[in-house]
Amino acid sequence: MTLTPHTENDAAYVIRNAASRGTTLSIVGGGTRSGFGNSVIAEEILSSSALSGIVDYEPAEMVMTAKAGTPVAEIEALLAANRQMMSFEPMDHRAVMGTAGEPTIGGVFAANVSGPRRFVAGAARDSLLGIRFVNGRGEIIRAGGRVMKNVTGLDLVKLLAGSHGTLGFLTEVTFRILPVPETVETIVVSALDDHSATQAMAAAMAMPVEVSGAAHLPQTVRARFLDGQLPEGEATVLRLEGLEASVSVRSEKLGDMMRRFGAVSRLGPEPSRNLWQEIRDVAPYKGLPKKPLWRVSAAPSVGHQLVAALRLEAGIDAFYDWQGGLVWMQMEGDPEEQRLRRYIKALGGGHATLVRAPDAVRAQLAAFHPEGDAVATLSARIKQKLDPGGIFNPGKMAGV
Amino acid sequence: MSEAIRFLEPRTAVVARRATIIGDLVDLLPPECVVHEARELVPFETDAFVAYRRLPLAVVLPKTTEQVAAVMKYCHRYGIPVVPRGAGTSLSGGAIPQEDAVVLGLSKMTRILEVDPANRTATVQAGVTNLSISEAVSPEGFFYAPDPSSQLACTIGGNIGMNSGGAHCLKYGVTTNNLLGVKMVLVDGTVIELGGKHLDAAGYDLLGLVCGSEGQLGIVTEATVRLIAKPEGARPVLFGFNTSEEAGACVADVIGSGIIPVAIEFMDKPAIEICEAFAQAGYPLDVGALLIVEVEGSEAEMEAMLKKIVDIAGRHGVRTVRESQSATEAALIWKGRKSAFGATGRISDYICMDGTVPLGKLSYVLEKTSEIVERFGLRVANVFHAGDGNMHPLILFNANDPEDAARAEEAGNEILKLCVDAGGCLTGEHGVGIEKRDLMRHQYSEADLNQQMAVRAAFDPDWILNPSKVFPLEGRPAA
Repeated sequence: MTLTPHTENDAAYVIRNAASRGTTLSIVGGGTRSGFGNSVIAEEILSSSALSGIVDYEPAEMVMTAKAGTPVAEIEALLAANRQMMSFEPMDHRAVMGTAGEPTIGGVFAANVSGPRRFVAGAARDSLLGIRFVNGRGEIIRAGGRVMKNVTGLDLVKLLAGSHGTLGFLTEVTFRILPVPETVETIVVSALDDHSATQAMAAAMAMPVEVSGAAHLPQTVRARFLDGQLPEGEATVLRLEGLEASVSVRSEKLGDMMRRFGAVSRLGPEPSRNLWQEIRDVAPYKGLPKKPLWRVSAAPSVGHQLVAALRLEAGIDAFYDWQGGLVWMQMEGDPEEQRLRRYIKALGGGHATLVRAPDAVRAQLAAFHPEGDAVATLSARIKQKLDPGGIFNPGKMAGV
Repeated sequence: MSEAIRFLEPRTAVVARRATIIGDLVDLLPPECVVHEARELVPFETDAFVAYRRLPLAVVLPKTTEQVAAVMKYCHRYGIPVVPRGAGTSLSGGAIPQEDAVVLGLSKMTRILEVDPANRTATVQAGVTNLSISEAVSPEGFFYAPDPSSQLACTIGGNIGMNSGGAHCLKYGVTTNNLLGVKMVLVDGTVIELGGKHLDAAGYDLLGLVCGSEGQLGIVTEATVRLIAKPEGARPVLFGFNTSEEAGACVADVIGSGIIPVAIEFMDKPAIEICEAFAQAGYPLDVGALLIVEVEGSEAEMEAMLKKIVDIAGRHGVRTVRESQSATEAALIWKGRKSAFGATGRISDYICMDGTVPLGKLSYVLEKTSEIVERFGLRVANVFHAGDGNMHPLILFNANDPEDAARAEEAGNEILKLCVDAGGCLTGEHGVGIEKRDLMRHQYSEADLNQQMAVRAAFDPDWILNPSKVFPLEGRPAA
C-alpha cells in the first residue's frame, strides 16, 4: 500500500501509526532514484509526492524553501526565470537508471545528489540550509534555518542530507541558490592519456582562473558526448564561468597554460552547457541497465591509477569528473566489488557506490561502501536515535 | 564576574579525587604535558568570553593522537568531564572549563603534516593556527579560505568546533564547506577517521555533523582541508552611505544582481569612528554607514566587477567610493575591519553578538537593534558580514558596573531573539557555547532540541564532553 500524506501533520500521524505497529516504510519521492542503494523490503510505501509546492522564494535573498515532493523541474523553471540556479547541479538519474517519473527536490537532498561543480562549489549538502522532517517516532523536527551561516546547535541538516530516507522523512527543504553565470566557456585539451590528463587538470586547478568543471573523457566515451562533436582523441575539458570580461581573460590564460599539455580548442556557451549537463547525467552509460555502474570518489590524483589497475583484471570502461576524483565506472560483466574496494583502500581511501546493476546482482553486494567498525557503530547508534523502531527504508544503507 | 549563566554542578566524586586524577594523568603523559598548579591553571580559566571563568581541575596538553586517546580513555572510565581547547579565542565561552573538568588543550599539536598540491589539500594537526595553514601553502600558490578575525591565533581544531566563518566566506563558504576529513578521538578513546582527500561520505555525513559540534562529539586531532588557488589580485573598495538603510539595500541589490564579491563588510558610524581611530585606514568619517566590498581576480576582472558594483551603489545614493591604490592601502582597509573587536576593546568593554538574519531583514534588524540598546541606556557599534546576513552588534558597557553588565547581557539576549524572530538564528559563526545556551529554546522546539541531544548522546552517552555548553541545563536526558 502506498501512503501519500497531503500535509506534514498527516505524515507525522501516518509515521506514528507505523511506528506503534512496527510497520516498515519504504520512502519515495518521484521514484527516479529508487534503484539507489540496497534493495528495500518494506511493508508499506510512504510517498512525499503530495507534499508539493514552493513555499518561499525571494530571489534577492538567494534562498528557496520548497516542500519535499516538489518536482525539480518546477524549481529549475522558476529559478531560470530569475536567472538563478542550484549551484550544485543535481544529476538527473533517469537515463542511467532506466527510471521514469519526476525527480523531487526531497530526493535530491536525501541522496545528496551533486554534479560537476561539486569539487569547487560543494555538494547538495553544502547548499542545504534548513530542513523539516518527521523522525521515526512521528515527531516533526526542524533543523537549520534560512540563513547561510548558522552554527546554532548540532548540524542535523548535514546528517539528513545523503541519508537516503533512513533517518527521517523530509517534508520541507530550504536551500541556497546562486545567480546563473553571465557566460560559460569550455577549454578542450585533446589527446591526453589518463595520466597526463590528471596532471593537466591539477595544473589548471592550481591556477587563479576559477575552473568550475574539470573532466577527462577517454577515447571510449568521447564520441558519446555532444553527438560526437568533440575534437578527435581523448578530451580533457575545463569549464570557466562568470562575467564575460572575466571569462575571456581567464580563458586566454588557461589556454596558454594548457597548450603545454596538448592541442587546445574551445566550446562556446551553448555546447558548453550541453556538455556539462551530459557529464552531470553520465550520458555515455545511459540505457544499459544490465551493466553495473559504479560511482567512485577518491583523491583526484589517484582516480586514473585505480582504473589502470582494475583494467588489468576486469572489463571496465570509465570517465572522470571532479579533477579526476570522481570516476564513473561501467563494468562489462561482474561488478568486481571486492577488487574495486580493495584497490580504493590501497590507493589511499575513498568510496564506491553501486548506482546501477541487475536486481540479482544488487541483492548480493553492498551498494554503499562499508564503513570501519567504529564508524559503523556510530552510524547504527545515530540511526537508533532518529528511527528507534527501524521502520524507515530498512537495509537500504547496509547495516543501517 | 557575571553569574547569570550557570554551569553544571561539579561532580563531587570527581573533585574529591583530584589528587589521584592528577597523579594518573602525570603517569599517562610526559611531565611537560600536564598542568595542575593553581597559578598555572589561571590562563585556562576562561576564553575570549571573559565575563565568566572557572578554574579547571587540571590541564593536559598532549602532543599526539595516541596521547589524546589515552586521556579520553582514562576520563571516560572515571566519568571526568573534558573541555577541549584550541587557542581559547571563543567569543561564546566554548572553551571555559568547570571545576571538575580536565581541559584538553591542543597547543602542542602544531605540525603541518602534509601539503598536497596535486589534490589541493593540506593535512594538519588540530592545534595549527588558521593563518599558518595559508602561510604554509602560500609558496605553492594556494590559501585556506575561512578567515576568522582571530586567524592569527585561533586553531583549526577550534574552527572545526565552531564551524568558523570570516569575512571571505561569502564566496568560499565556512569551515564545513572547506573541511575534507578529520582524525578524531571518540569519548572512550577510540580513534576514527572521517573523510580524507576524497569528497562526500560513504555513509552518513558524520564529518558534517562533527563540524560545529563545539567539542561535544569527540576531540579532533588532525584535519584535512581544501585549498584554493590564490587569486591574482584582490582589491577592497570603500563605499560610504548616508544611512545604514541605504547600505543595506545596496548589499541586497549587489547579491541579487548575480555578483558574488569575495566579501561585503558593513560598519555603522560608531564602528567607523572606533576602527579609524585605531587603524587610520582612511575610512570616511562623514558617512553614516560604510561597506567594504572586496573583489578579486586579474585587473580586467576586478575592473569589470567593480564597474557593476559602483553602478548599483550609485542607485542607492553612495557618497564616497574609494578604491585602494596599493597593497599597503588594501592591507590597512582590512586591518581596520579585522581589528574592530580589539579597537572597540580599547575604548570600552563590549559583548559581541553573532545573530544571522535573512538579507532582506538587515535594515529592519539594525534599526530595532539600536532601539533595544538605547532602551537599556547603552551604546552599540555594528560591524558585520553583510553579504551573508551575519550581524555583529558590539554592545558597549562598563564591566566594573555589575548593573551595566547585566543590562548589556539582557540587551544582547533581546537582540538575538530579534534575529531569530526575523527568520534568522542565534549564532552564525561564534557558536552557542554558554553564552547563547539558554536562548536555544527560543530558536528550537522541545522536540528539535531533544533530537539534537539524542544524536549527541550517540557519541557521548554520559555527557562528559564539554558538558555545560550548547544545550540548556534543564530538560536534558538522564545520563
